[in-house]
Amino acid sequence: MNLELQWRVEELLARYAQVLDDGPLEAWPELFTEQCLYQIIPRDNFDAGLPLAIMRCESRGMLMDRVRSVQETIVFEPRYLRHHITNVRIGQVEGSRLEAVSHYSVIEVLPDSLPHILSVGRYLDVLEDRDGVLRFLEKRVVYDSVLVPNSIIYPL
Amino acid sequence: MLTWPEGGITEVPYQIYTDPDIYAQEMARIFCGDSWAYVGLEVEIPEPGDYLVTNIGDRSVVITRDEQGALSGFANRCAHRGVKICRHRKGSSRMFVCPYHQWSYNAHGELRGVPFIRGVQQQGGMPEDFDRADYNLPRLRVTSRGGVLFATFSEATPDLETYLGDTNATYFDRVFDGRALTVLGYSRQLIPGNWKLMFENIKDPYHASLLHVFLVTFGLFRADQKSQVRMDPSGAHGLLISQRGAQKQSADTQDIQSLKENFTLHDPRLLDPVKEFPGDATVVMQTIWPNLIVQQQSNTLALRQIQPRGPEAFELAWTFFGYADDDEAMTTRRLRQANLMSSAGLVSADDSEVIKMAQDGVRPYASDYSSAKGVLLMGGRGREDENHMVTEAAIRAFYAHYRVVMGL
Ligand code: FES
Ligand SMILES: [Fe+2]
Repeated sequence: MNLELQWRVEELLARYAQVLDDGPLEAWPELFTEQCLYQIIPRDNFDAGLPLAIMRCESRGMLMDRVRSVQETIVFEPRYLRHHITNVRIGQVEGSRLEAVSHYSVIEVLPDSLPHILSVGRYLDVLEDRDGVLRFLEKRVVYDSVLVPNSIIYPL
Repeated sequence: MLTWPEGGITEVPYQIYTDPDIYAQEMARIFCGDSWAYVGLEVEIPEPGDYLVTNIGDRSVVITRDEQGALSGFANRCAHRGVKICRHRKGSSRMFVCPYHQWSYNAHGELRGVPFIRGVQQQGGMPEDFDRADYNLPRLRVTSRGGVLFATFSEATPDLETYLGDTNATYFDRVFDGRALTVLGYSRQLIPGNWKLMFENIKDPYHASLLHVFLVTFGLFRADQKSQVRMDPSGAHGLLISQRGAQKQSADTQDIQSLKENFTLHDPRLLDPVKEFPGDATVVMQTIWPNLIVQQQSNTLALRQIQPRGPEAFELAWTFFGYADDDEAMTTRRLRQANLMSSAGLVSADDSEVIKMAQDGVRPYASDYSSAKGVLLMGGRGREDENHMVTEAAIRAFYAHYRVVMGL
């Protein structure tokens, strides 16, 4: 078992959670490769082989467009999010490409409510290890909590 | 129950968004009354024995295809002690067996089997006069148009064509033109607001050109574009029809503070619409009483089903679809444009957020009878069709029909 690789993947996931929960949001696309695929998929679609994702970005540019929309165009109540990522396991490693699976939950805090779970599920990631930097080539967020409590504004 | 304000259809009392008694009446009169509720697609139950489970109002129902291939349906609650019979959202079965004491029903909800009906070893059993035929489940009539399934609990509901009226039937057929449909996937969200706020929202072109900065910025929907609102004579159903413009500023957009002139996409593939329907309209949002929104925004097609969950919440269940003859590029385009829609939608999230804000706003004031009412005066007091977006006529039409059905 490659402990260093395990540590680097966990470090990337921790950084991922940090930029989404504490900012800066602009740093989120930088964790992906230029050509990438990011999708948030309800588990029942995933299990049935249906392609629809509720968020689908096919390049770093699309991730940046999503960030700018969150910051400038979408109208929403202010909120705090907190990601918890656990059970990180590295799968197949092939050259500079590796797979990783983890579990996540995201707790949401709205201004006048107690904290609640916004989403729970797993991350199915494909990472690229280039020049000593790990980035997401592909990230599929498959959520079990198929009935979404109102809206998902920030990426999961 | 409630005295409607003097302003008639130009005023909406807050109480109808919060009152449990009004809500109970709505479930009985609107959802389980003389209406055709959307329940699913034919492609979801293609084979004899297939079924799906959905809700009409807040009531769970099973929609079936019987052994002869005919459509049918029944209330999803056991005649014995009320247990919800089907727990899976889809499946295939000839018999529906209640898990509790295993009473079994056929595809029409007719009671077929009662375990120990004659008792065990001469003990127990049902009384002599027990007749299974007295315990059939409430049955639904199910009909299909263009592959879309509608159901009703009432024998008095007129046929679907009459129900929709000419204009709405024509626009319905524009999307459901007989081509085989393909389900691309589902998305579900629980919106903490009264279900009528969803209809108000979709029947309201006034907000679309202001709230939805993303649509406005990219010229997908704007007050200065050619557009129409059209209703059926009853006011129950409505159409919001519009034509895409360019990303530019005109004199009429001065009022739109939110227009982001310098927002250009890093990856323009997100908005790469192609014309696919006859006519000039690029957006048609159709609302069909009592629970359906048919969305055609550029190339993203979806059915949005409204399922109330008490007076202060509803589930919005989205079914995204395309056509069986779509090529791969079109399917990808539909999946990309879906970024605008549903719970994480660049456009739709504005709506679910603002519906929650509306519910939060009215809730504490709803009992303040004298002043607690919304105002619908944009575009005048009428409820007729209009050739522009600066109007709340379609919402007024909706409430004209609502008041008739509810006796308010
Ligand atoms: S409750 Fe269904 S069989 Fe008893
Ligand atoms: Fe809207």
